Amino acid sequence: MIGMTQQAEPAVTTPPASGPKETDGRTAQRPLVLRLLARPEVGVFLGALAVYVFFLVEAPPVRDGSSMANILYQSSTIGIMALPVALLMIGGEFDLSAGVAVITSALTASMFSYQLTVNVWVGVIVALAVSLGIGFLNGWMVVKTGLPSFLVTLGTFLILQGVNLAVTKLVTTNVATDDISDMDGFSQAKKIFASSFEIGGVQIKITILYWLVFAALATWVLLRTRYGNWIFAVGGNKESARAVGVPVKFTKISLFMLVGFGAWFVGMHQLFTFNTVQSGEGVGQELIYISAAVIGGCLLTGGAGSAIGPVFGAFMFGMVQQGIVYAGWNPDWFKAFLGVMLLGAVLINLWVSRTATRR
Amino acid sequence: MDRSSHSRSRRFAPVVAVAAAAALTLAGCSSSSGGKKAEESAGGASAGKATTPQMTVALVTHQSPGDTFWDIVRKGAEAAAAKDNVKLVYSADPNAGNQANLVQNAIDQKVDGIAITLAKPDALKDVVAKAKAANIPVVGLNSGVSEWQKLGLMEFFGQDEVVAGEALGKKLNEAGAKKAVCVIQEQGNIGLTQRCDGVKKTFSGSTETLYVNGTDMPSVKSTITAKLKQDKAIDYVVTLGAPFALTAVQSVDDAASKAKIATFDLNKALTGAISSGSIQFAVDQQPYLQGYLAIDSLWLYKNNGNYMGGGEQPVLTGPAFVDKSNVDAVAQFAAKGTR
Repeated sequence: MIGMTQQAEPAVTTPPASGPKETDGRTAQRPLVLRLLARPEVGVFLGALAVYVFFLVEAPPVRDGSSMANILYQSSTIGIMALPVALLMIGGEFDLSAGVAVITSALTASMFSYQLTVNVWVGVIVALAVSLGIGFLNGWMVVKTGLPSFLVTLGTFLILQGVNLAVTKLVTTNVATDDISDMDGFSQAKKIFASSFEIGGVQIKITILYWLVFAALATWVLLRTRYGNWIFAVGGNKESARAVGVPVKFTKISLFMLVGFGAWFVGMHQLFTFNTVQSGEGVGQELIYISAAVIGGCLLTGGAGSAIGPVFGAFMFGMVQQGIVYAGWNPDWFKAFLGVMLLGAVLINLWVSRTATRR
Repeated sequence: MDRSSHSRSRRFAPVVAVAAAAALTLAGCSSSSGGKKAEESAGGASAGKATTPQMTVALVTHQSPGDTFWDIVRKGAEAAAAKDNVKLVYSADPNAGNQANLVQNAIDQKVDGIAITLAKPDALKDVVAKAKAANIPVVGLNSGVSEWQKLGLMEFFGQDEVVAGEALGKKLNEAGAKKAVCVIQEQGNIGLTQRCDGVKKTFSGSTETLYVNGTDMPSVKSTITAKLKQDKAIDYVVTLGAPFALTAVQSVDDAASKAKIATFDLNKALTGAISSGSIQFAVDQQPYLQGYLAIDSLWLYKNNGNYMGGGEQPVLTGPAFVDKSNVDAVAQFAAKGTR
């Protein structure tokens, strides 16, 4: 890490598709299969696959194409946020405000448009500015104070939770925003953020597409760009990263702003899907995003991880959550099932990577 | 110091630019439909104000932050407080222990009356006894219809959740439903569970329970969709809160199901869905009335020694049904956020 050049670190996370690096003599001697299995995203892929096959057998409705579309939709709303959260974690920081920030963004867009009776696009842009602003503030406070981001964003998490409620109540005199579905620009924005299209008779939600595109984009950034190297560097060792000329502050702040962007995107999806926003929502979602990233092989300590892993992590979450319903199990046990399945999947992940790396 | 102020002003420049740009776009971007301008500025039901000396009443509920339902309860309480020259102190915490602390806080403030919800009666037993020892009258509202007398509360305003569920079950029978799914948005909430139990009791078809994560709407939507796909025999979705009913409409669509939707509780958007026919009916427990009567009763007791319900019986505020036949009358009040 210390003497890292542009290509040094990404070797750890190069996806299997890009082929083995001939420069690394140590791992090249081991069989390809084992080298693949040793990668965190392969472990989580197998875990997700196990969960998928399990429900395919256990819950007949899952075999239906439209059911898979529903599962993928649920996964995508988690997954789109899990991506920037994962990048931030690779960069060595947390964002506990990510869940409520989604609602903050949706509330901003909705109330701004409604109260001033302007085209909803104006609200959408204002919400983007607010979301990026929150991300900037989080990042700026973290790099300025040097406090753990856990504490700083715990503060913003609580602040946003209160502000969401208080401002909504103040502005609308209610705790939910007004319906904006009859306003100018709504149907246009809905097409972009919350439409669906048909493939082979199955309605696919557009968020699934965005999710995969963002994941591909994030992978490319992580592996092929200088910025991607910076992310690994600041998460691995801040001081040595600074020593080799990585702009630590810029990288960290921009990562927080990226989470803000994600929150904006998911917030807009929620707004244009449901027309109104409940101000108390979003609490607890941040842990789901972080879990998806961790299950996907991102280290809690930073410096390692990928963008593909969290995709499977989010899929595993969506699959288990909906699979239990498709299987028609006793709903009283729902949460317990969810926990057991996730733990099981993570253990498979761990076991696979341990077996693969054993000499 | 100097440096930072320079960089700050430089940092502000884009902000100013954005604000200016926003102001310009705003002028040219006004929406020709909907929005605040279209909202009716209906006059409030303002009445005179009592000339009785000001008293302080504490309303302590188990509301979780941002719940539309509780917002209406609070508005009712505020309306009564304004009329009765009452200083209303509102506090809430979904955690029963914390709620008890808030009641203790009210006792310490030496308020003239306390109105509480009894979602978890056992946790509030001691603190209610303390209030009585301090000669503070206590009334109950919303939750605890079967417990309020045991705890020695003076009066109670609310709906028996089981009775409300039973009424909804009967209504499902009338509609000819065969299989219903009862959607609970908060696992372990007694009141919500009682509603579903009530439905089960009277509904002659079969009833299933489905738990959804109430703080995450997309997940609520997916989960209801999944359930409708898993069991195609379901012909009625029963939700326990207005926002969830509106989401269920989309789930039914996504699942290409023929299921109809009924719900507990109302809000503004829901009245629209009832008149358009996407939701069949709602059971209204009149939360505004619960808040209003709770405060008003304490005022009446202090100033005239009256007991609503004679001190023996609860005052039931529901179940009242809202369907296509009467939704227009209710909608004008729901639009103001008071029904």
